[in-house]
Amino acid sequence: MPKRILVKGNEAICRGAIEAGCRYYFGYPITPQNDIPEFMSRELPKVNGEFIQAESEIASVNMVMGAAATGVRAMTSSSSPGISLKMEAISYMAGMELPCLIVNISRSGPGLGGIDASQGDYFQAVKGGGHGGYHIVVIAPASIQEMYDLTMHAFDLAEIYRTPVMILGDAVVGQMKEPLIPHPKPNTDLPVKDWALRGKGDGEQRIIKSLFLGDGELEAHNWKLHAKYQQLKEKETRWEEFETADATLIVTGFGSAARIAKTAVMMAREEGLKVGLLRPVTLFPFPEKAFYAATEHCKKILDIELNTGQMVEDVRLSVRRDAEVFFYGRPSGTGSLPTPEELLGQIKKYL
Amino acid sequence: MQQVFKRPEALKDVQTHFCPGCHHGTIHRLVAEALDEFGLQKRTIGIASIGCSVFLYHYFDIDVIETPHGRAPAVATGVKRAKPDSFVFTYQGDGDLAAIGTAEIIHAANRGEDITVIFVNNTTYGMTGGQMAPTTLLGQKTSTSPYGRKSEKEGFPVRVTELLSGLEGVAFAARTAVNTPKNLMDAKKQIKKAFQYQVEGKGFSFVEVLSSCPTNWGMNAVEANERVGREMCEYFKLGVFKDTAGI
Ligand SMILES: Cc1ncc(C[n+]2csc(CCOP(=O)(O)OP(=O)(O)O)c2C)c(N)n1
Ligand code: SF4
Ligand SMILES: [Mg+2]
Repeated sequence: MPKRILVKGNEAICRGAIEAGCRYYFGYPITPQNDIPEFMSRELPKVNGEFIQAESEIASVNMVMGAAATGVRAMTSSSSPGISLKMEAISYMAGMELPCLIVNISRSGPGLGGIDASQGDYFQAVKGGGHGGYHIVVIAPASIQEMYDLTMHAFDLAEIYRTPVMILGDAVVGQMKEPLIPHPKPNTDLPVKDWALRGKGDGEQRIIKSLFLGDGELEAHNWKLHAKYQQLKEKETRWEEFETADATLIVTGFGSAARIAKTAVMMAREEGLKVGLLRPVTLFPFPEKAFYAATEHCKKILDIELNTGQMVEDVRLSVRRDAEVFFYGRPSGTGSLPTPEELLGQIKKYL
Repeated sequence: MQQVFKRPEALKDVQTHFCPGCHHGTIHRLVAEALDEFGLQKRTIGIASIGCSVFLYHYFDIDVIETPHGRAPAVATGVKRAKPDSFVFTYQGDGDLAAIGTAEIIHAANRGEDITVIFVNNTTYGMTGGQMAPTTLLGQKTSTSPYGRKSEKEGFPVRVTELLSGLEGVAFAARTAVNTPKNLMDAKKQIKKAFQYQVEGKGFSFVEVLSSCPTNWGMNAVEANERVGREMCEYFKLGVFKDTAGI
């Protein structure tokens, strides 16, 4: 039996990051992700890493920019208001094509909102929360094992595609404890970092920038980024399907909402109802083809989110034209997390 | 024949975009000379800021990263922590460093990051068209203080070098100017000292250079140069404010 340990989701992210070779963490305290800087401040010095509690989220993400520019694996983490502050630098890094990991253990909003599990940051994460029209890879784990595995995967994707990658979680997947089976990082073919700053030595000067003022330069740069996003859609989309083959209604949702939904789907199955689950794991790139394929035989999709309806827009754009998309949301706050029974009620309503 | 004057290795053989009479070009040269004299070009990573000096990489033949407005000291921190054997300097204007980037410079200094900051104070936002900066002198007319800066509403010009000198983390801090041959020679000396601090791993070093912006001051090159000595040096006193290692 492989060794299992009982850890919180936030700790699983840290363990995954360190296993993936990340030695540079820069952050700023905010609930509900404080376990991450606390763990990193304790563990990184043991592996010759660097931890800085910065003066702000802005400073911390810019430290990530500097470290990432030298080619090392670097990360920051925060929660919604702090992620808003990081947006300018994330836009810069998308433009500079710098690999890095940004973790958002999101909380409810707008504004100071609350610290409950929430999925109000879907639009910000997936549609390019900063300026200028860009995407970053966004991954939504739904279990502690996934927090670990997908963090490792995130660092590889970041380097292969030269892009910031975001892990989008919330208080449910960040704070709960589940057994985790740690394992070594899988071997991946990674490109040589011929862009990383190192001091020019006897070679050519290297420049990392996002300002392009020459005739046609910026347009060409944007088409290049666009081609990268298309490639991500082709190759890196991930999703989970559960009992979808014969389903007459498929429930969808991501992260913590999908976990509760999965319990509701299992309850429905126990009652003999033909219900399945299609859970996007990557939110960008979004599993468009999976929804298109699923709605060939199943014409009803019920999307469940901890907000008033964000991912549902991407679901509607992905399904076949004759499929119906229903939505049930709980924009979260204290006491607003839906129960499996509540979701089962919704399933029966639309079945 | 002996060659007595040549372009520093660390500078490229290109024309700059700086306006006639602007001191940015002179300061670039002093920094490049200091890089050459310490043999640092090959292991230097330059941190460009947002302002008229954003094109650092067009002029310096070194690795460079461009940074968001005000954040150069944080980016420099990341670079230096990840690559401690590199030589890291930021080059920042007064809008960049003393307004939007106040938190980043204070905390990088306070942590005693092993980097060097070249702070170019021209009492205005040069690149965006001469708006008021935190360093704009009282009475100075800018495009956003058209009646002259008043302390009652706009506060007082910030003396950054003095402010930073009070922090334990700062190892070396000096204010210089390049308006006269004597000041220029001294500026070169202080930049070299600041570099030496980093080369010897002695901590955070900071050099403010008073600079001209003839275009936005509405002056010609000669008048602008004179203003640096007449008005700026009066309020922003030149000198070494901190020299912990006594280099
Ligand atoms: C977040 C952000 N705010 C504002 C600007 C616009 N901006 C560009 S340069 C600049 C001021 C530069 O002034 P300074 O740092 O003094 O440099 P100088 O041009 O005078 O050398 C400003 C406000 C920007 N690029 N980014
Ligand atoms: S606008 Fe001012 S600071 Fe900018 S290049 Fe011209 S003179 Fe120099
Ligand atoms: Mg200025």
